[in-house]
Amino acid sequence: MQSQQFVSEDAPATTIEANGLNLVFQTGDGPVHALSDVDLTINKGDFVSFIGPSGCGKTTFLRCIAGLESPTGGVLSVNGMTPDEARRARAYGYVFQHAGLYPWRTIGGNIRLPLEIMGYSEAERAERVTRVLDMVDLNGFEKKHPWQLSGGMQQRASIARALAFDADILLMDEPFGALDEIVRDHLNEQLLQLWARTEKTIAFVTHSIPEAVYLSTRIVVMSPRPGRITDVIESPLPKERPLDLRETPEFLEVAHRVREGLRAGHSYE
Amino acid sequence: MVHAMRSVIPVLTVLGVLVAIWYLAVAPMNIRVALDQAERGGATIVPEGSVERRAVSVWHLMANNASHVKAGYDLDRPRLPTPAQVGQELWKTTGAMALKGRAWSKRSLIYHGWITLQSTLWGFVLGTSLGIIGAVAIVYSRVADMSLMPWAIISQTIPIVALAPMIIVVSSQLGVENRGLPKAIISAYLCYFPVLVGMVKGLRAPEVSQLDLLKTYDATGLQSFLKLRLPASVPYLFTSLKVGIAAALVGTIVGELPTGAISGLGARILIGDQFGTPLAIWSALFAAAILAGLLVTLLDLTQRLAVGRMGMQP
Repeated sequence: MQSQQFVSEDAPATTIEANGLNLVFQTGDGPVHALSDVDLTINKGDFVSFIGPSGCGKTTFLRCIAGLESPTGGVLSVNGMTPDEARRARAYGYVFQHAGLYPWRTIGGNIRLPLEIMGYSEAERAERVTRVLDMVDLNGFEKKHPWQLSGGMQQRASIARALAFDADILLMDEPFGALDEIVRDHLNEQLLQLWARTEKTIAFVTHSIPEAVYLSTRIVVMSPRPGRITDVIESPLPKERPLDLRETPEFLEVAHRVREGLRAGHSYE
Repeated sequence: MVHAMRSVIPVLTVLGVLVAIWYLAVAPMNIRVALDQAERGGATIVPEGSVERRAVSVWHLMANNASHVKAGYDLDRPRLPTPAQVGQELWKTTGAMALKGRAWSKRSLIYHGWITLQSTLWGFVLGTSLGIIGAVAIVYSRVADMSLMPWAIISQTIPIVALAPMIIVVSSQLGVENRGLPKAIISAYLCYFPVLVGMVKGLRAPEVSQLDLLKTYDATGLQSFLKLRLPASVPYLFTSLKVGIAAALVGTIVGELPTGAISGLGARILIGDQFGTPLAIWSALFAAAILAGLLVTLLDLTQRLAVGRMGMQP
């Protein structure tokens, strides 16, 4: 694999770049083509959503970026490194669909977990826990245990855990998929504020068209068998996005394009 | 308080039923001994003579000699002692002796219980350690998983009664003077298995996503063991420790039976059998049950304390 240097002077800087990416799983029922010739560039500060039906490879692609799966073909670079190097350099924070907080640790203790593993000093851990709890609006919950929090609050805590160390990429795999719509709306709004504040690059997997359109600067539409990208939509929506933006014609127009992209990829069949 | 009452009432009801059945069983169980004794005292029994009565069922004997049924509840050497007799015998060989300052006499069940408890605890420590080490090996090494687990299962299909004398013979061949050691080995043999199985389950309890999360932090194997697998296994560990300590006690008692041991609860049971004193057997049996109950309760309290301290939902 050729080593790639993307230290270009002209902005925007490339953070994640995939070229002809392929991933074939060998299963008992024969090979499954999870990703087929995926080309994508994610720039620094982008909010990119991946949308598509089950089996379209959106989660698999995210896991490839994270170095949790190994592509069987093509080139993938993260911050100019291979995904595995990027993982070892702790280049990203990963948020799973289920918060996965440790029940035997307090909320503060859960956020301290990556910091302990990465060897941050005691004082710095405390400072960072306070800071990220503030970011996700969970001040005062540091000493509570996960079971004392609602599902939405637990997911916020898990986002705080991913923000606690200095990774400038946030990979989110259907983080709000298990939450009800009211909580989801609220968290979407909060996530946008967080993104504006931290200027992180976010890759976000979702099932929900409104969620994808509301959050993203770019929407990647994917379809299954084999998992591939069928459309990449640049969002014309402004950076400032109140919740009622979702009733504007511009918003509905983008949502329509996403739906068209899904239809073109036979995702509705 | 109300909650405690609610859980106590069903337990007491079952206890009451068991005691009632026991009392009812005493009459047919003891009728022959009671009639023999009455006949020697000059009473007229139908039919006459102990040998003749063997051909008659206990129900007929009770019907024909109704006035002597009551004597079955107050025999010196009953075939089945009443709960009250067992209680008295237990008190006589424990509390009463302790009050007289003879708790460590060879006739005291406190002394014998202590001997058994020592071997049980040694066996428990040994078995638990082996179980935990085995579980860690199985979870972290595919080779150990393939090779250890089948043998662990096979080991539990061998009747301990067959194995115990061999362990004792081997250890005396090797010149082990300490009688406690082979007993501890037998009890460890019974105790390690539930701990092994429970710990394997506990160490494998974390979900794939939780292990993936640690991978995204580039955590070392030791870190994921200490921070995830070990704490996740604690509830499983305690559950198997409770099974394990009861098994360890049974192991020690079985280990005391074929040794010709003269001390320990198992030895009391054996001696009671040899000398035809069921009362001694029953009181040793109850002493063992009480000991097991105490040990399990102690572990249960430790579990509540530990899990509560870890902040997990009670």
